[in-house]
Amino acid sequence: MVESDLKTGNENSAGLTRADYRGAPSTLCQGCGHNSISSQIVAACYELGIVPEKIVKFSGIGCSSKSPTYFLGRSFGFNGLHGRMPSIATGALFANTQVKGLGVSGDGDTASIGMGQFKHLARRNMPMVYIVENNGVYGLTKGQFSATAEEGLLLKRQGINTYLPVDICMEALVTNASFVGRGFAGDPKQLKNLIKAALSHDGLAILDIISPCVTFHNKENSYHSYLWGKEHEVQLHDIEFIQVRDEITIEDFEPGSSKEVSLHDGTVILLKKLDKEYDPTNRYEALRMLEEAERENTLITGLLFVDPNAKTLFDRYDLPDEPLNRLESSKLRPSLEALDEINRSLFMKY
Amino acid sequence: MSKIQEKKDQKMSNIKKKIINDFCITFGTVNGSGSATANSTLMRSFFQMGIPVSGKNIFPSNIQGLPTWYTLRLSKNGYLARVEEDDIVVAMNPATINKEMDYIVPGGVLFHPDDLKIINKREDITYYPMPIRKIIKESEVVPSLKDYISNMVYVGVLAQMLGIELEIIKSALEFHFKNKEKPVNLNMEVIGKSAEWSKENLIKVDPYYVEPMSGNEGWIMSDGNTAGALGSIFGGVQFTAWYPITPASSLAETLHEYIPELRTDPITGKQTSVIVQAEDELAAIGMTIGAGWGGLRSLTSTSGPGLSLMTEFIGLAYYAEVPVVIWNVQRVGPSTGLPTRTSQGDITFVNFIGHGDTEMIMLFPGSANECFEFGWKSFDISERLQTPVIVMSDLDLGMNEWMTPKFNYPDKPMDRGKILWEDDLQKLLDNFKGEFGRYKDYDGDGIPYRTLFGNKHPKAAYFTRGTGHDEYAKYTEDPEIWEESLKRIKRKFDNGKQYLPKPVIKSYSNENGIICVGSTLFPVEEAIDLLSLKNKKFDYMRIRSFPLHDEVEEFLKSHEKVFIVELNRDGQLAQIITLKSPDQASKIRNITKFDGMPLSAKWIVNEILKEEEKK
Repeated sequence: MVESDLKTGNENSAGLTRADYRGAPSTLCQGCGHNSISSQIVAACYELGIVPEKIVKFSGIGCSSKSPTYFLGRSFGFNGLHGRMPSIATGALFANTQVKGLGVSGDGDTASIGMGQFKHLARRNMPMVYIVENNGVYGLTKGQFSATAEEGLLLKRQGINTYLPVDICMEALVTNASFVGRGFAGDPKQLKNLIKAALSHDGLAILDIISPCVTFHNKENSYHSYLWGKEHEVQLHDIEFIQVRDEITIEDFEPGSSKEVSLHDGTVILLKKLDKEYDPTNRYEALRMLEEAERENTLITGLLFVDPNAKTLFDRYDLPDEPLNRLESSKLRPSLEALDEINRSLFMKY
Repeated sequence: MSKIQEKKDQKMSNIKKKIINDFCITFGTVNGSGSATANSTLMRSFFQMGIPVSGKNIFPSNIQGLPTWYTLRLSKNGYLARVEEDDIVVAMNPATINKEMDYIVPGGVLFHPDDLKIINKREDITYYPMPIRKIIKESEVVPSLKDYISNMVYVGVLAQMLGIELEIIKSALEFHFKNKEKPVNLNMEVIGKSAEWSKENLIKVDPYYVEPMSGNEGWIMSDGNTAGALGSIFGGVQFTAWYPITPASSLAETLHEYIPELRTDPITGKQTSVIVQAEDELAAIGMTIGAGWGGLRSLTSTSGPGLSLMTEFIGLAYYAEVPVVIWNVQRVGPSTGLPTRTSQGDITFVNFIGHGDTEMIMLFPGSANECFEFGWKSFDISERLQTPVIVMSDLDLGMNEWMTPKFNYPDKPMDRGKILWEDDLQKLLDNFKGEFGRYKDYDGDGIPYRTLFGNKHPKAAYFTRGTGHDEYAKYTEDPEIWEESLKRIKRKFDNGKQYLPKPVIKSYSNENGIICVGSTLFPVEEAIDLLSLKNKKFDYMRIRSFPLHDEVEEFLKSHEKVFIVELNRDGQLAQIITLKSPDQASKIRNITKFDGMPLSAKWIVNEILKEEEKK
């Protein structure tokens, strides 16, 4: 059989089918928000035509962190320690900067045990995608409050939550993150475009995705539930994602009705105006918008902030073009003469 | 003739002969006063004269204002261990002078600022007052530098009184100030004036002299942290993540210092080694493990408290089989302990580090030279065996400057272990038919093959996890598979011993033996010579790696009694040896000290003699 015989017409620009992006079957609960996020990751990568070998997955510990097994089976992955995914990813990605890092974490993993590493990752603007599958509850340990659970929330065994929640997007914004978005697992279309934009951003792209836990925390009146989310979601804008090679011209849209953000790789995010004017390149505007949403009791979603030109961690090093993990030994060991010189400089006696 | 002069003449006549190149000088100063420059300049000068010399800095965990001692030992026989007595004391700190006087041997010498009042003068030592204020006043020194420069007065006085050529001191200063003329001249002016003053005003009545000799051809001067960092660079380190901690910081700082020069690719002009200062030790080890997993030769350096934080991650690297090198420059624990004092107190901790069944490879460098050697070797071992390697240095070795044999160029090509790129993987798949099994023991040596991300082969990828996994890295809780995977890792370690440095043994079929690790070799070797003078002969073994080679048990079997000398309370090395060779345990005698100070040969001799008396 020749290769062309296999073509079904469903191949993407990389010549791969959707099946090439799938992972092992999910062992998470039926209806878990994380599963729909996994599906949108598969869809986004397939549609962007990214070869799976060009992505490397990272995760911490928790239900969210199990999910990288369930997508991109042909990508390498490292399921590390609770709250420590950022450090593993930071070290690993230096090995080959041409491979895109895709991290998946949860609200416990990020906003509790991993808050320090999360914030330092943002501070360094490590170029990778960082998805937080945020459900306000510890699922894998069977239903305890997480740091993003709202005050007053009632859980079966612990009773009422008396602490205030952490807003992951706010934390990201004040730590100089260069790309901050909020999505909702119940809004797959927008989610897919947010993931595409995140994958195209040169810098740390943080996506806080409200992803309901159907087993332990899906009460209709709670912030992290499907029902509440569907009733209270307010999209900041309608996101269109335009790849370089796509033929769509921006002039197709009515002037003044949209905002464009050009990313480093040439892609354009087109943010069509909905109810309100919104400028996603203004960090303070993003913070204000989050405050307003909290006051108005809405779930604001969309691209909150992006700075496509922020200096990344890799920009701060003078790395070779060839991946470090492919360098020959001869490029790693200095010469005998160099050692002689060192010995001399350390008072070598003859 | 004055009465004092008469006394001195009398003293002189009591001195039978000169003591040349074989004495100890301690400098008592206040930390933050700039005495380090003066002291290391003297040390380097003695070294330049060919005199075997060692220096020990006993310093507080503080930046400015607390007492600090620096001891130089000159030993024509080449002994580098600490001695607990001083022949000469330079007392610059009024607060500690009485304590220092207690340590001076009869017939010894005290140099002190002339405005420092000494109460309870000892009659059996010589006093040389130094007019520090006067000399500094006469020199044109800017006020901000006065305190620093003051220390140069004693350099000049000692140069005159012991017999060091000023040219030699100048070359040591040129090294220190990287050939910057201005500070060299400024310091030399004070040193010259002070030497001149001594020549005119002090009458030499003590027996201590230095003379050029040839006791260190082929040797250099380096501290262990510098040596370890340089060795790592020659071992091809590609990634370092670290967090500051005494006494390990200078290892990473040395990497920062040398990497731009040594690891810039001559063709592309790009750097082949990355350093990240992490936000804490958790992140430092996490990054290091990430990089090791990605296929980079990666290291982190730390000390006890940092290593405690790294524990969970090290367990992950053990089970997920990720190569990584960790330098543990030991200090005194438990807890924050004595951050600026030395110890070998992490042996059992590191041996068993991590929850569940684990085992760690430890390397124990015994000298700065060996820090260099283990710097590059640790990567070969870690990548070959796909597991963490912990290099167990200590504060004494790491932070003090040592006279050490020159660094030798690695005598072996790099061993990157079993890494499969696209073509290698295809060959393996052709041979074995089927999927790639990341944790499959294809060769029967317990060491699996690994692929690295960026590998474009569609079957190269695997999912690394600290949770239970099968040979294909797939999640499983299957009891048999779990047991088999841990057994395979054990096999990997048993088989892996062949890659580890063997113990150094000096055996002459004596009845009794001594075992030590790391930097205690210096006092132990000297103690063996001292015991030999008393007609008590001992064989000797210095262990250089864990898990223990079979030679350790053989050494126990072939001796009646074995003294295990170490710097901790519980005899941790002895504990591990006992576990490994329970039948031999009754032969073991613990010789332990844990006061934070390096051991002296004399103390070891006394302890062994005391044990001997017990019978």
